[in-house]
Amino acid sequence: MNKGIDKITDLSTAIRTYVADGSHISIGGFTINRNPMAAVYEIIRQRIRDLHVYAHSNGQGVDELIGGGCVARLEIAYGGNGRFAPTCVRFRKAVENGSLIVEDYSNYQMSLRFMAGAMGVPFLPTRSALGTDLIDQWGIPAEIRRDNPKIPDKKLEVVPNPFGAWQAATQVVLVPAINPDVTIIHVQQADAQGNLRIRGLPFTDVEQAKAARFVIATCEEVVETSVLRHAPDQNQIPFFCVDAVVPIAFGAYPTACYRHYDYDPVFLYEYRHTAQDEDRYQAYLATTIRSVDNHQAFLRQVGEDRLKTIKADPRTGYATGLDRR
Amino acid sequence: MTEFTPRELMAIVAAREIRNDDIVFCGTGISMLAAMAAKHISAPHSIIFFETGAIDAQLEEVPLAVADPRVMFGAAVNGSLVDAFGYMQNRSTGKRVIGIMGAAQIDRYGNLNSTVIGDYHLPRVRFSGSGGACDVASFVSRSIIFMQHAKRKFVPRIDYITSPGWLKGNDSRQQAGLAGQGPSLVVTDMATMGFDEDTHEMYLQGYYPGVNKEKILDKMGFEVDTTRAQPVPPPTTRELHILRKICDPQHLILR
Repeated sequence: MNKGIDKITDLSTAIRTYVADGSHISIGGFTINRNPMAAVYEIIRQRIRDLHVYAHSNGQGVDELIGGGCVARLEIAYGGNGRFAPTCVRFRKAVENGSLIVEDYSNYQMSLRFMAGAMGVPFLPTRSALGTDLIDQWGIPAEIRRDNPKIPDKKLEVVPNPFGAWQAATQVVLVPAINPDVTIIHVQQADAQGNLRIRGLPFTDVEQAKAARFVIATCEEVVETSVLRHAPDQNQIPFFCVDAVVPIAFGAYPTACYRHYDYDPVFLYEYRHTAQDEDRYQAYLATTIRSVDNHQAFLRQVGEDRLKTIKADPRTGYATGLDRR
Repeated sequence: MTEFTPRELMAIVAAREIRNDDIVFCGTGISMLAAMAAKHISAPHSIIFFETGAIDAQLEEVPLAVADPRVMFGAAVNGSLVDAFGYMQNRSTGKRVIGIMGAAQIDRYGNLNSTVIGDYHLPRVRFSGSGGACDVASFVSRSIIFMQHAKRKFVPRIDYITSPGWLKGNDSRQQAGLAGQGPSLVVTDMATMGFDEDTHEMYLQGYYPGVNKEKILDKMGFEVDTTRAQPVPPPTTRELHILRKICDPQHLILR
């Protein structure tokens, strides 16, 4: 825990400090929304490898981490990106060619697992998935589970309801807690101390942050503490959970950030096309991601005109009338 | 009769199933369109909610993902995933929730596969995985499933059970400890399928204009009872207008 009152740092330093080869990480957001993309690209630039990633439906960010060669194991509920990729392409390819070990859960199960981690309990119960292959098929081999103290020996466990027939449930599924080494999220506002404010849907970001040993928060803007403390009911994550605050405008681009900008349909469609071909994808990594030093330079490549088209309408919080074909 | 595509009729058939007091859980694509259309056709007071936590959003534009910022605008509450899945199973709101989803494969008991084709550990084809589908299928008491009518999709044995239907039929779902009920309706580009009240086996419930029973069975990997089948009424001009002009004017989903 970083106890400092000024946690503002640059992204390169934050990633270098908290993310290493083999780290267990989770990222915030959901499919095409509020993924910490600047951080994802920085991880790819720093060529961090062998990550163990926990995700519910984190979409674009997870697919780019896989495509960037950073991920060895993935515990996930959904590897899709809405209309832009019914199945994320680099995810699909990595599973089909055997280069990625995957453990499948449901979205609710993954959310409960983060919540258990945030609560400090070893597991939480649910009635989801009884009778399905989510219970019967295990992706992470037993020897990896046995030899790795960071993950439990079992994927999950089905037990009889210890309260008899209470709530008319005969049995429940216990899903194990997750405590990532680091969770990275992108938020709309933060102060230097590390109080965070998310606008729109928080997804599972709050549980993911509270479950982690370290938290990196990138943000659209840093505001005075007094601004956030003036309306504390609108803040979700308190400063003592946060270790690094990194101001980066358009830090979720090409995914959306409610009330700031929409997702970029042009980028996301191009990405899907690029991802389907190995040569095209390697060229994308080399020229679009690794040839630049940071997210600001990446955004300059995209160009101001494109960014203008996705600017959020103050009334709706997204780019009303944006051409999304 | 106005011209229409099978995809348009699919959305309309599902929309017709939605009632005024339903809380509708929908995913991406055509299910979202069906839920939006229902609010204009038959169920103006139905409530749309998404697993991402957005409740009763004002959908001025069609969202392209359940996390699209369009689901956040004008919502009653922007909650979390844990909240959203709670509504599906708690004792007061759970019974009102109707789920709409799709999958890569379905069997005669409405079990769904959206994970892999082939071996789980080294699949021939990998799909997205459950997302919230398994949760919805586990919890809710009514659900509608969208499927493309094809032999490789209606199979005797699915490669992976991602979302529970009626499992092995009869009372096997209840025996497994699941709450809620298996699917009530399958909507395809040719027909609708129901599930027998006792055995919970799939049967042909309705066939679209211009489609006959033989053609439907031809495109399935298993036999179903066709004796109960009735013709499905074509879309009305009003229904088509709502779908094309109000719900999806950019043809983002209907294309």
